[in-house]
Amino acid sequence: MGDESPPIYIQVLFNMKTQSKIIIIAASLILIISFFFPIWYIDLEAPQYPEGIGLEIWLNKITGQKPHDLNNINGLNHYIGMKEIIPDAIPELKIMPFIIIFLIAFGLISGISGKRSLVYIWIVLFFVIAAVGMYDFYMWEYDYGHNLNPHAAIKIPGMAYQPPLIGSKMLLNFNAISMPHIGSWILVASVILAVIALIIDMKIKKKEEANA
Amino acid sequence: MNRRYLKAFLIGISVVAAFVILHYGCQESKDLTAGDEAGRVYVAPGTYDEFYLFTSGGFSGQIGVYGLPSGRMFRVIPVFAQDPEKAWGYSEETKPMFMTSHGFIPWDDAHHPKLSQTDGIADGRWIFINANNTPRIARVDLTTFKTAEIIEIPNSGGNHGSPFLTENTEYVVASTRFSIPIPNKDVPINSFKENFKGTISFIKVDKEGAMNVEFQILVPGFNYDLAHAGKGPSHGWAFFTSYNTEQANTLLEVNASQNDKDFIAAVNWKKAEEYVAQGKFKTFNTSYFRNYFDEKKHMGFSEEKTSVKVLIPEECPGLIYYLPTPKSPHGVDVDPTGEYIAAGGKLASVIVVHSFSKMLKAIENKEFETTIDGIPVLKYESVIGGEVTNPGLGPLHTEFDGNGYGYTSSFISSEIVKWKIGTWEVVDRIPAYYSIGHLCVPGGDTRKPWGKYVIALNKITKDRYLPTGPELTQSAQLIDISGDKMKLLLDFPTIGEPHYAQAIPADILMKNSKKIYPIEENSHPYGIKAEKDARVVREGNVVHVYMSTIRTHFAPDNIEGIKVGDVVYFHITNLEQDWDIPHGFAVKGLQNSELLVMPGATESIMWQPLKEGVYPFYCTDFCSALHQEMSGYIRVSPKGSNVAITYGTGK
Repeated sequence: MGDESPPIYIQVLFNMKTQSKIIIIAASLILIISFFFPIWYIDLEAPQYPEGIGLEIWLNKITGQKPHDLNNINGLNHYIGMKEIIPDAIPELKIMPFIIIFLIAFGLISGISGKRSLVYIWIVLFFVIAAVGMYDFYMWEYDYGHNLNPHAAIKIPGMAYQPPLIGSKMLLNFNAISMPHIGSWILVASVILAVIALIIDMKIKKKEEANA
Repeated sequence: MNRRYLKAFLIGISVVAAFVILHYGCQESKDLTAGDEAGRVYVAPGTYDEFYLFTSGGFSGQIGVYGLPSGRMFRVIPVFAQDPEKAWGYSEETKPMFMTSHGFIPWDDAHHPKLSQTDGIADGRWIFINANNTPRIARVDLTTFKTAEIIEIPNSGGNHGSPFLTENTEYVVASTRFSIPIPNKDVPINSFKENFKGTISFIKVDKEGAMNVEFQILVPGFNYDLAHAGKGPSHGWAFFTSYNTEQANTLLEVNASQNDKDFIAAVNWKKAEEYVAQGKFKTFNTSYFRNYFDEKKHMGFSEEKTSVKVLIPEECPGLIYYLPTPKSPHGVDVDPTGEYIAAGGKLASVIVVHSFSKMLKAIENKEFETTIDGIPVLKYESVIGGEVTNPGLGPLHTEFDGNGYGYTSSFISSEIVKWKIGTWEVVDRIPAYYSIGHLCVPGGDTRKPWGKYVIALNKITKDRYLPTGPELTQSAQLIDISGDKMKLLLDFPTIGEPHYAQAIPADILMKNSKKIYPIEENSHPYGIKAEKDARVVREGNVVHVYMSTIRTHFAPDNIEGIKVGDVVYFHITNLEQDWDIPHGFAVKGLQNSELLVMPGATESIMWQPLKEGVYPFYCTDFCSALHQEMSGYIRVSPKGSNVAITYGTGK
């Protein structure tokens, strides 16, 4: 070993320390939790619904917050000509679980092998998938909100019913609030863990070099 | 001289004025409430009452549901009387609920609501209520606030003394108000003493609530009035008041008021169970109906029963004893400890309180005055626990606050009298406006009263409300009992005649209240699960319309091919699964009531069109912004026409 640490593009190729490997494996495994919680929710607030009504978007399904909410939202939406939300007809819900399984597998491989380069790729992949996912979600909302039945009972010129991607928006008598749910926070936590693993690894190495 | 007269005159005037002011001033202070009462009963918009109050409708045959302390009415539960608003007794599904051995009985007189109990405390599963006229007991499900079952009581001449419950709702008890020949037969009325008998019935309630007349006890031909089961140490016993021990069959107001003492019948029902298990009963052939509503099928069913087990006291020693009680006793109320049995001797000058432990001792020592038809009459002195003197005139009913006090309604003096258990002294009294019958303390006849209020249930209101012609409302009055002095807080009108009422903390019921019927559990034979299954089927001259409702249309909404002479059944399934979205149905010329179908339910109504033409139908419950559009047409063609059945929506 020389006195100077090698440049970063070289370090990327190095293997990580055990602590960081474990953190990466943990970061991959916690993604499993995201299957058991919704990743997004849309609350609809209106005077007639003091008990609340809303949707939960999971990796593989869309459900109501309460047992009959989805049907009731579809029922309400028909007045303004929105398409029915039929979870079985949404291809993303079939693909997303595989994407997460792929991320878990990729994360495990990078953790076990300890290759820093793989971890960098993993994090980049994460952000790409998240960006594509958000764009896709936006387009889905756009389609539902704009692609209206011309024979709808209630037609308001210039009015679209696209819920916000994130945040709240008044849609006629409903205040639509769209926010990430636990599933998304798990994804965020996973990425943060991966970054922490890299930082710790860097610090340990720096320390070792200083001691050396 | 003139001046002196003037002075005297002025003094005189001012004295008179002072008296007048004092007089009216005092009157005013009598009528006005002191100030904080309004706040005590104010339940702010959007907030909930603390208690549910269930009042009997009396001659309305129904149950009224109110909130306390506001006195706001939420609902009328149809029970023994047809209710066209809810198609109760008009829809095909609910008609069986009105079946009796006398045929379809569309009305009755409902007196005593009684909440089911566990460990002697109201548990909020069901509320029972009696039909006084054609003897029946109903069970209302408190998750749906709907009548779930009605059972007829055989061998009964009038079901006043019911439905009173044992501590864990093992039994609902009932006693016959009028004695009759048993089995009933054609005899001269003046052969009363020879031929007339009474019965005391024990109706078993199973875990799901289903009722069965388990056994009856044949008792001497008196009028049996009211009842209460024992609790705690007296669990296993039930007490029934009787009057007309004179056995008069005419002009009872005089002839049944001669004896100084009548009886409270004390029944050892655990002993009765043993006798039944040993087979010591007689089987009486009779006819009575049990009607129940299947919540999954959304349909009532009616079954006839043809026999009942009857115990004869002479053959069953230890089954029943008489406690002499002055004078024509009405209510019989057991205190929270289960030791004291208070009798409202309506013509008596004291409230007699029997002691359960003394009664057991008297039975053990055989301290009997005499025996009537095998029933030992215990010595009055041996069973008496205490006497409340000066209780007001016409004491009827007592409820308890759980803090050692009894509250007795006195009909004639129109007041509630508060007295202390043990010392038997009257500690407070408050007028009722007017002529109080029953009274209700929340949980006041249970092992652990919730107390806080007493509700006076009054027969007469006269000048208390805006007049409405000769027929005036009856009323309840809310009285605070949290302090030493009772304090009137609120008057509120009631449906029908509120004979009795029971109250329960709102949180016990609220959490169980159903919002919808799950459509996937709907197994109504004419129900449909989806709009695509809607159809019209002809079977001879009977036409079944399988119709669905969802905001905001019927399917089908255009029907052709109906003919004069057809019998048309509309089977309406409300496909909604959203809270508080019922849909209604009515067609022009419908000889029945409307339908009001709850989310996930199916109901059927029968229509016989008399003339050809086109008949509109529509939703009767304002369901949505396009409610007025929720309608359709039925084409009725002449008899023998060859217009085929066709139907559809949006075609």
